[in-house]
Amino acid sequence: MDNIAGSKSSLRWALHLSVAFLVVLWLIPTVGLLVSSFRTTDQISTGGWWRALMTAEHNLILRTAPPSTQTQINGKYVVTGSLAKSGTELDIRAWGVSSRAIDDYTPGATAKLSKGGEITVSKNGHYRMEHTLPFTGKRGTRIFVSSALPPEFTLDNYHKVLFDPKNVEGMGQAFLTTMIVTIPATIIPILIAAFAAYALAWMQFPGRALLVAFIVGLLVVPLQLALIPLLKLHLNIGIGKGFIGVWLAHTAFGMPLAIYLLRNYMVGLPKDIIENARIDGATDFQIFMKLIVPLSFPALAAFSIFQFLWTWNDLLVAKVFLIDSSGQTVVMTAKLVEMLGTRGGNWEILATSAFVSIVVPLLVFFSLQKYLVRGLLAGSVK
Amino acid sequence: MYPAMQGIMAIVGAVSVCLTYYFVSNWLLDNVFLPAKGAHISRNINRANMIRPWLFLAPALLVLCVYLAYPVIETLRLSFMQRQGAEFVWVGLDNYQQMMTEDKFWEALTNNVLWLIIVPAGATAMGLIAAQLTDRIYWGNLAKSLIFMPMAISFVGASIIWKLVYDTRPIDQEQIGLLNALYLFFGGDAPQTWVTMPFWNNLFLMVVLIWIQTGFAMVILSAALRSIPEETIEAAILDGANPWVVFFKIKVPQIKGTILVVWTTITITVLKVFDIVYAMTNGQWNTQILANYMFNKLFSANDWGVGSASAMVIMLLVTPILIWNVYNARQEQL
Repeated sequence: MDNIAGSKSSLRWALHLSVAFLVVLWLIPTVGLLVSSFRTTDQISTGGWWRALMTAEHNLILRTAPPSTQTQINGKYVVTGSLAKSGTELDIRAWGVSSRAIDDYTPGATAKLSKGGEITVSKNGHYRMEHTLPFTGKRGTRIFVSSALPPEFTLDNYHKVLFDPKNVEGMGQAFLTTMIVTIPATIIPILIAAFAAYALAWMQFPGRALLVAFIVGLLVVPLQLALIPLLKLHLNIGIGKGFIGVWLAHTAFGMPLAIYLLRNYMVGLPKDIIENARIDGATDFQIFMKLIVPLSFPALAAFSIFQFLWTWNDLLVAKVFLIDSSGQTVVMTAKLVEMLGTRGGNWEILATSAFVSIVVPLLVFFSLQKYLVRGLLAGSVK
Repeated sequence: MYPAMQGIMAIVGAVSVCLTYYFVSNWLLDNVFLPAKGAHISRNINRANMIRPWLFLAPALLVLCVYLAYPVIETLRLSFMQRQGAEFVWVGLDNYQQMMTEDKFWEALTNNVLWLIIVPAGATAMGLIAAQLTDRIYWGNLAKSLIFMPMAISFVGASIIWKLVYDTRPIDQEQIGLLNALYLFFGGDAPQTWVTMPFWNNLFLMVVLIWIQTGFAMVILSAALRSIPEETIEAAILDGANPWVVFFKIKVPQIKGTILVVWTTITITVLKVFDIVYAMTNGQWNTQILANYMFNKLFSANDWGVGSASAMVIMLLVTPILIWNVYNARQEQL
């Protein structure tokens, strides 16, 4: 609309570039974590994730075969072999025979050994060590190489975090716990809120406007206020800490938004249909089940996405009402915070665990975004 | 798999209990207590219609009252009490007095005020820019959904994402945190530990929440921008207004109401969020905020009295918005 006055093409380019810049800025932190979750510990500590596609260089200390393998050729004692461990490849940039000069020689060059004799190392790690006297000692000679590390991605981290039979990281179980918390905590409030929203939208009774105001007020009550009294209540009536407590808490904390969203949507449904059904003799219960629920599908979907994201991502409610000292009911968010404390430096485990917890909401988000946006708009703009 | 079974049973159980309640209570009302037949047919129908709304509302009202309304009053009461063993003893304003003498509380309050100013302002401004820019290009929807994406990520997940960005390694090692790598690339002399840097570390934590909330602001503001009548913009352009004038003098004033809604919604989020500070610094290095202060009182210090008192401070900060929201809702209904 605002380009009806004819905008210059250079301005169009600036527009595209600035949006691209914004998008990259918003994506980069997440991409960093995602890339890191596919890298090995070595790779993460030797270079930033943005170098994941570049060839890195790393320094290794390797050993030749022990003197016991030496053979005698033309009067010289010879040890040959490859420095590369079986199954790996080396791409040597430089090498050395002393820890003080680890990159003195280029591949193919020959170095003098301190104990006598000389050694030639080729680019792929094959070496030939010879001396006029026999080599002695039990272990092979130390060789320092700096080798190119080709870009490489691994699924090992995911395997370790999710399917390790010893479950050291505990993420597998935490994933399950989060599911058990989330699904009932999403379904129950919708059911209860839908009935209440219908009553507030389409049934006549005294005090209705006051109730709506009451719910709008509760919409902003901070969760923090509910923690201590409810924990006390749960302990007193014997629910204690556990799934029932956390389901009830999530149901209640999602309720004001659920009623508010659903009522706003239901009020907007065409009046004629509902009046006609009434005249035809349908009861309120029938109108609700046969007309309102199917017609309100977009609003129901929107709220269930909100509630799902909120319960899946929640830390506070789970910490207060669910997680006890047994450690059997830790949700993923709590597990992640725990890991930040204990494994703060192990970025491969942290990044992978974080991604395991993020991936489900992201899938929900991208597949059901349409409903999410509609719900947001119904809630705030009229 | 025992907890999984428990979960499935709970889902089935809870759903059937709820449905049974609504169905049975309705059936009882219509057929047993106030049947629509016999001598008092019209009186019965009227009475049934008076009662039915409350049947529909009862479960919702019950959880709302027990889990949200009652705690507000109970927290207020507990904030005047101190736990001694299993008993609660009335101590008047002692909890508030103790809280006022703690440096950590004042630190939390000052930081919270900063959060309340910077985060809603930052997220709303970024959201407005993003909405205005993305609305005008053909791949705008894709761009929007990518900027909106952080909304799906948990605060804890976001904290980890940003912790990697802020990571610090000793100077002789390769930096793996993007911010330090950029800092050194553009001529910084030594890697910085961003999360411990006095004052600035608060801003680095706020960036995380701005990053999450911008998408929300963008989605709502972009809908508002699109609902502006085209004539007003056309008229302005014909009168020779440049894009800046159109944006600030024509568009922004027309969506002022929506901007206010976005602003207050983010304000409430700021007051509730404790996860980011909890996960990234746990209030160390002068980054404490009220929500995390309260959590620490509750679980680390096990001091329910001061915990309740600090919760009441959060409530006090929310109250103006609460009143304003309720007032608006009443206006709409009239």
